[in-house]
Amino acid sequence: MSRSAGVPLFYLSLLLLGLLFISPIGFMLAGSLKPDARVLVEAGDWRVFWPAGLSLDNYLDVFARVDFVRYLLNSLFINGMIVGVGLLVNSLAGYAFARLQWRGRELLFGLVLAVMIIPLEAIAVPLFYMVSLAGWRDTYLVQILPFIANAFSIYLFYTYFIGMPRELEEAARIDGAGPLRTFFTIIVPNAKPVFASVAILTFLTQWGAFLWPLMVTSSEAVRPLPLAIATFHSLPPLQWGDIFAFGVMMVAPILVVFLLFQRWFVRGVVATGIKG
Amino acid sequence: MTMLTKSTPNQKRRGLTAVFMSAPALLGLLLFVAVPFLLAVALGFTNLRLGSPLPLEWLGFEQYRRIFADPSFSRALLNNLLFAFTVVPLQTVLALLLALLLNRSLGGIAFFRTLFFMPVVFPLSLVAVVWVLIFAPGPNGMMNSFLELVSFGAWTPRDFLHDPQLALPAIMLTSIWQGTGFQMVIILAGLQAIPAELYEAAAIDGARRWRQFWHVTLPQLRNTLIFVVLVTTILAFRLFDQVQIMTQGGPHDATTTVMFEAVQAAFARQQVARGAAMTVVLFLVVLLISWLQRRVARQEREVL
Repeated sequence: MSRSAGVPLFYLSLLLLGLLFISPIGFMLAGSLKPDARVLVEAGDWRVFWPAGLSLDNYLDVFARVDFVRYLLNSLFINGMIVGVGLLVNSLAGYAFARLQWRGRELLFGLVLAVMIIPLEAIAVPLFYMVSLAGWRDTYLVQILPFIANAFSIYLFYTYFIGMPRELEEAARIDGAGPLRTFFTIIVPNAKPVFASVAILTFLTQWGAFLWPLMVTSSEAVRPLPLAIATFHSLPPLQWGDIFAFGVMMVAPILVVFLLFQRWFVRGVVATGIKG
Repeated sequence: MTMLTKSTPNQKRRGLTAVFMSAPALLGLLLFVAVPFLLAVALGFTNLRLGSPLPLEWLGFEQYRRIFADPSFSRALLNNLLFAFTVVPLQTVLALLLALLLNRSLGGIAFFRTLFFMPVVFPLSLVAVVWVLIFAPGPNGMMNSFLELVSFGAWTPRDFLHDPQLALPAIMLTSIWQGTGFQMVIILAGLQAIPAELYEAAAIDGARRWRQFWHVTLPQLRNTLIFVVLVTTILAFRLFDQVQIMTQGGPHDATTTVMFEAVQAAFARQQVARGAAMTVVLFLVVLLISWLQRRVARQEREVL
């Protein structure tokens, strides 16, 4: 097959595959903009992707039926805290493991690596029992605190810091700077890529958190979006237009952030698979 | 590491600072990962039940004997296995195919990469809700009419999520849609890390594209693929969100999973010990998969 014939064919197959791939998103977007009754009726033909009427009624309906803004703020606050405090705590630990000499370092780092393999699911039941005893159920705290320290983040910071040239730190050390000051004035400004990768990776994995909020929250006041849409989905009357409108509003902020910082998203994901 | 025999006060202070710097993270991991993990193991040997009048008792392996005698739990394990053995190969091949297609510098390629990666930023719960409607029963359902279209009318509409044969495949498809982009991006990075000289050498040797793929691409991609397979397999055993939202484990346990059973036991029935034992089984499976991965990868390059 000659090159010239191959290229259009290549684009055509890519386009078909791409359309197939985003059809659920098109379905959701179109459905959110048309009258409820037509979402189901028109799901069987080409009109499934046609936003008949282009009405924002479904969006207004969502605000009338549930406190969407509240869920959004809950999600933003919980994730902001996990990412923000997590970056600080885990990078400090990563630096201590990568660059400082202290008793117990090797043993503790081994334990951090071992802990990395334990998924949340494997500890969810006893963790739930613990936070129940502590009286933390149905709070922001219980959705934030357990996820701040993260073994994988520590590992990513560690591998990045260990690859940085030592000269910068030596200079600071000769100037009499302690490890903390060296970290904040020399290391952090020179390690922006790893901070961005860890931030995005943490955000991506936590933003969709469902199991844990389902277990520990019972009131609307502290519920995050992923749980809220599942609840909204089962809230009568079943109105698919409203559900889709909820979905679009839920994913729009992260989609915008994703499109703006796509390079960093990809880098964050790749960081999981490639050392350093 | 060689510890200095004589440490100066300055070194001592630096050591203290190091402990101070790592303390918050280590404390967090201890309190919220290590302790609950040990507690899960310990609880699995007891009869703990919230609000139960029975005294706390040490049961040994009784709890494990019970869960493996429970047909729902066996079904759950089987479903996780089926899910892993179907989703992992399908999703990996699809992701590899997409990555190969998108690993060239033609105009518009960046657009397509974005497009295939997009589902990854969708929370699973939202994905599950949207796919509930895609799998709507009757001829008007999107999936039903799509299958009717591509089969030239041979497909008769089914109620996917209430059909014992189709419910699990429906969840599989939903998961593949959301997860492929993640794998694709990692494989793409792996492809781009392959030195161009290897292809040039192969081309000089007269290797055709297909042979280049077998003799250069695949061996070079080995560790990346192993990693991607490992992560997807572990995810398959953690399966919960889609089941909770789309089928509630039904119909007749057709889509139940280990995690779904554990949550049912611990929350719906307050059987904390039983739920803990189930999650210990889940952990052992994850451990086994990671161990296998390390054996297969063997090389010093660390993944996870």
